[in-house]
Amino acid sequence: MENKRKYVIPGDLVTTGPFRPEQNVILEGNKIISTSIGISEIYDDSVRVIPLTGKYIPKIDDLVIGKVLSHTSLSWELDINSCYVGFLPAQDVFGRDFSAHADELSSKLKTGDLVAARIANFDRTRDPLITISDRDLGKIDSGTLVKISPSKVPRLIGKRGSMIQMIEQATNAAVTIGQNGWVVVSCESHEGLLKAKKAIQMVNEKAHVANLTDQVKKMLESKSES
Amino acid sequence: MGGREATMVLLDENGIRCDGRKVDETRKITIKAGVLKNADGSAYIEFGDNKILVGIFGPRDVHPKHMSDTDTGILRVRYHMEPFSVTERKNPAPSRREIEISKVIKEALEPAVMLEKFPRTAVDVFIEILQADGGTRCAALSAASVALADAGIPMRDLVAACASGKVADTIVLDVNNEEDQAGQADMPIGYMPNLKKITLLQLDGILTPEEYKKCVEVGVNGCKIVYELQKKALTDKYFGNGSD
Repeated sequence: MENKRKYVIPGDLVTTGPFRPEQNVILEGNKIISTSIGISEIYDDSVRVIPLTGKYIPKIDDLVIGKVLSHTSLSWELDINSCYVGFLPAQDVFGRDFSAHADELSSKLKTGDLVAARIANFDRTRDPLITISDRDLGKIDSGTLVKISPSKVPRLIGKRGSMIQMIEQATNAAVTIGQNGWVVVSCESHEGLLKAKKAIQMVNEKAHVANLTDQVKKMLESKSES
Repeated sequence: MGGREATMVLLDENGIRCDGRKVDETRKITIKAGVLKNADGSAYIEFGDNKILVGIFGPRDVHPKHMSDTDTGILRVRYHMEPFSVTERKNPAPSRREIEISKVIKEALEPAVMLEKFPRTAVDVFIEILQADGGTRCAALSAASVALADAGIPMRDLVAACASGKVADTIVLDVNNEEDQAGQADMPIGYMPNLKKITLLQLDGILTPEEYKKCVEVGVNGCKIVYELQKKALTDKYFGNGSD
């Protein structure tokens, strides 16, 4: 366990002293103050608060699941469960020799399609630029979408992926987790799919419970016997 | 017989007010965070006989688009009284008073909310007064800041609010409806307890400089009482069964 974990709300003093403020904390004089409801963590030289609530804010290199909202002749717009829409340029899909006359965007991605994508670039001035030109990225053909709160994504993954590995092994399902809180589950067997979905929902609802891994394990095992 | 009582004892010789409180006592306050499922954040407050529900959406994109700001997010607040919130039916259309209180609450929340993190977006705050009994703006402001924290919007501090005033030549905390009607002064205060900064200060009535100082002091102490309850509401929701 990391040292000195503490429950904090906005305005709470996390610590004082020469620490570097990271996520969800601000420096006021020599005090480090939390700006969110969450759990504070103090490392050797830095302080951060892991939020327990809030919308997804895009971060470069995050894997996200997006849903195609619309397209122009040059780009797609994707709903990435954030306050900003994802911008996917056509060159990214068709390659550099893309021509707006010859290529029809809807032939590759239609409105409503699910896409696994990566945030390529994002700053304050423009909507997040996303890319699907990488291994394991691109259109998702099968599976069901489960929506969870983006702040619970780290809990669903678990320490070094322990939670999600356990769910995948117990149900034989393939789970793709977007950092934006959208999760795609696909499984050959219907029961496995239902069970995996139930486990994910359980993590979403009980993220604050301490022995959640055991509870989920119990749930996964109990169903397989009956 | 219909009209207002001609003589009402606002403060008796033992220092007890018309509703049985002491001069430095607030009404009974209960706050609950996260009461609505479909809103991003919400809170419900009972402040004496005031009952107020607050829902938050956002950050989300701004419509109409021309209202958006490329440098920062914007805060939009709607304070609305239900037709049944007062004794005589209130017209549900926004009145001059409601528009003003919306603006005042917006400006009292702005110093706390870190909108600059979300350029080109809006945070919408919807305040519904279900039942009013004097001091709704303070109760609404306190509930709104709990709801904003519940929505996960980064904030420098919570804003706690409480009114103080002058009744029967005495400075009292948390003026109720009767005292507001018959009293001499009413001063709503919004306060950020950790940063020790005042974000809202209004005064209706006449006070001497000494009384003014005392009034602010009493009001700020009231805000600290409210702050503890706001803190409890959020702690109960998020860390309920796991003790620290």
